[in-house]
Amino acid sequence: MAAFLLRRLGFMILTLFLLSLIIFFAGQIVPGDPGRAVLGPFAANSAVQALDHSLGVDKPLITRYLDWLGGLLHGNFGKSYAYQSPVAPFVRAALINSVKLAVLAFVIVVPLGIVGGVIAALYEGRTADRAISVTGLSLSSVPEFVSGIVLIVVFGVTLKVLPVTASAGPGAGVWNQFRHLILPAIPLVLVLFGYIARMARAGTIESLNSDYTRTAVLKGLPQATVIRRHVLRNSLLPTITVIATQTGYLIGGLVVVEVLFNYQGLGNLIYKAAIGHDFAMLEAGVLIIGVVYVVATLIADILLTLLNPRLRIGGTQ
Amino acid sequence: MSGSMPQPADPGAASPVDPVAPIDRTGGYLGPTGAAAVVAAGRATPARWRLLLRKTTFWVGALIILFWVVCAIFGHLFVPYNPLAQQLLVNNQPPSGAHWFGTDPLGRDVLSRVLTGARDILIITPLATILATILGTALGLAMGYIGGWFDTVVSRIVEAILALPFVIIAFLFIVAVGASVGSLTVVIGLVFTPLIARTVRTAVLVERQQDYVSASRLLGEGPARVMFGEILPNVLPAVLVEFTVRLGYAVFAVVTLSFLGFGIQPPTPNWGTDIAANYSGLLAGYWWQTLFPALAIASLVTAVALVADSIEQVLSS
Repeated sequence: MAAFLLRRLGFMILTLFLLSLIIFFAGQIVPGDPGRAVLGPFAANSAVQALDHSLGVDKPLITRYLDWLGGLLHGNFGKSYAYQSPVAPFVRAALINSVKLAVLAFVIVVPLGIVGGVIAALYEGRTADRAISVTGLSLSSVPEFVSGIVLIVVFGVTLKVLPVTASAGPGAGVWNQFRHLILPAIPLVLVLFGYIARMARAGTIESLNSDYTRTAVLKGLPQATVIRRHVLRNSLLPTITVIATQTGYLIGGLVVVEVLFNYQGLGNLIYKAAIGHDFAMLEAGVLIIGVVYVVATLIADILLTLLNPRLRIGGTQ
Repeated sequence: MSGSMPQPADPGAASPVDPVAPIDRTGGYLGPTGAAAVVAAGRATPARWRLLLRKTTFWVGALIILFWVVCAIFGHLFVPYNPLAQQLLVNNQPPSGAHWFGTDPLGRDVLSRVLTGARDILIITPLATILATILGTALGLAMGYIGGWFDTVVSRIVEAILALPFVIIAFLFIVAVGASVGSLTVVIGLVFTPLIARTVRTAVLVERQQDYVSASRLLGEGPARVMFGEILPNVLPAVLVEFTVRLGYAVFAVVTLSFLGFGIQPPTPNWGTDIAANYSGLLAGYWWQTLFPALAIASLVTAVALVADSIEQVLSS
């Protein structure tokens, strides 16, 4: 068990290191001179060069990568080219906003998806199953901005019951913030619902067909008890993995939703940084997303190992 | 007890704690649910294809796709207005008898733009998916068959790339090289390559345990011959499922990138670009300018998803 966790941790660190390499060098292929991007096309060449020098972007690539990596290890995410100030506070504020949105989406979609999947499994092959499966499949293939627009048209413009921008403004109360986040959360819920329901359905069908379920039924337990005590416990294992791995997707989907609803989250930060050639901001934002994903995957693995004795003993191969 | 197929012995590849277990986390909609689905993919026999023709979901999806293909090719011949013709005197008109879907801020007919707006999407999507499938299959075959340090190194890199949402990777590259039909095709193709490689790798890991592989090696066949001549035909069903799934996701990618402003530039009609250009008009009540292209996108992606899902079900039944 300890060896297994150590191995996973080692892999995680290696993945993060590779990720930092990829992000740094991908950031470098974006053409354009950061100094020029900040100062505009009419600035004097000498001013551009001076700014480039003060930003450190005229040093060799390897030196800059090592500087950047060293800074990261000390909690220094670098300095934004556009704002001329450290990146960290911007990233932190954006991350908090994104987490609020993601948590709301998860809180809505996880119970919904699991219930949908279990119902579909219990009625396998019948109308309820087909309705849930086809609806889930269709909804999850529709891009977030498409469902977002339909929601804005219906609830924001026609019915006028919900605000169509995501941020409630500074100093807004919890309830007000929540109201503003409902519409942006729904497109994420729609995309995730089909996937979580699909996994929950597959897991439930598998455990419904298992010997231990048959035993439980044959020894005379009521159906509700069989499902609660024997089926659900086993069927929800794969669902946990999916929920964790979808965290990465969720943040990708956030780019679109945050741009559509003009919400100041991580996705919007990365989007603006990419357009404005603000490398330090871009790299920090993308790296945070990678870290969130890798950590979420690790947590899922640990949870699975704790919940499933077979993996705990034999899983390290 | 419906005649359950014996599951092929899986050499640990499908264990949820395998470091490169094929978890579809790209928004993951309708993806093969890990190794099990892919491994279970049977042979693509004529009988299975006849089964496909009996599926309602397949027919609904195929007809919708056909409709948009016909519109993309011949649409300009039968649309009521020239999709590019601006009539500034009748801009922002709501749907009426003269303009069924209304007009946009430049007075262009929304119906005509929607009907002709699929062309770029329908060119980029299949090309990008074919590119990704060829590269991903070759890489996956090499990873699975050669194994050893090569597999370890490439798997780490693939996993690091997959820790980032594809939308973010794609727009990093598009910002760098500029948006055109060619660059979008190549970028989306490259972004999907690791995903396909991972699925193919898992399928190859199963196949290489089979006797026919040892037999052909004993006959003196070289690695390239064994990989492409012996193993490839046997993993083709998995590749086909992966291809159709990625096709759906490529549509998602193209329209999402267009929406974020990294698509084909105006004035060419394109659903994603048109939505990006007009969604600020939603607040002024001009809902028809975005709602109709949004519904068009929804219909196309849902159709591709339905077809992909039917093929997956038929091949893994």
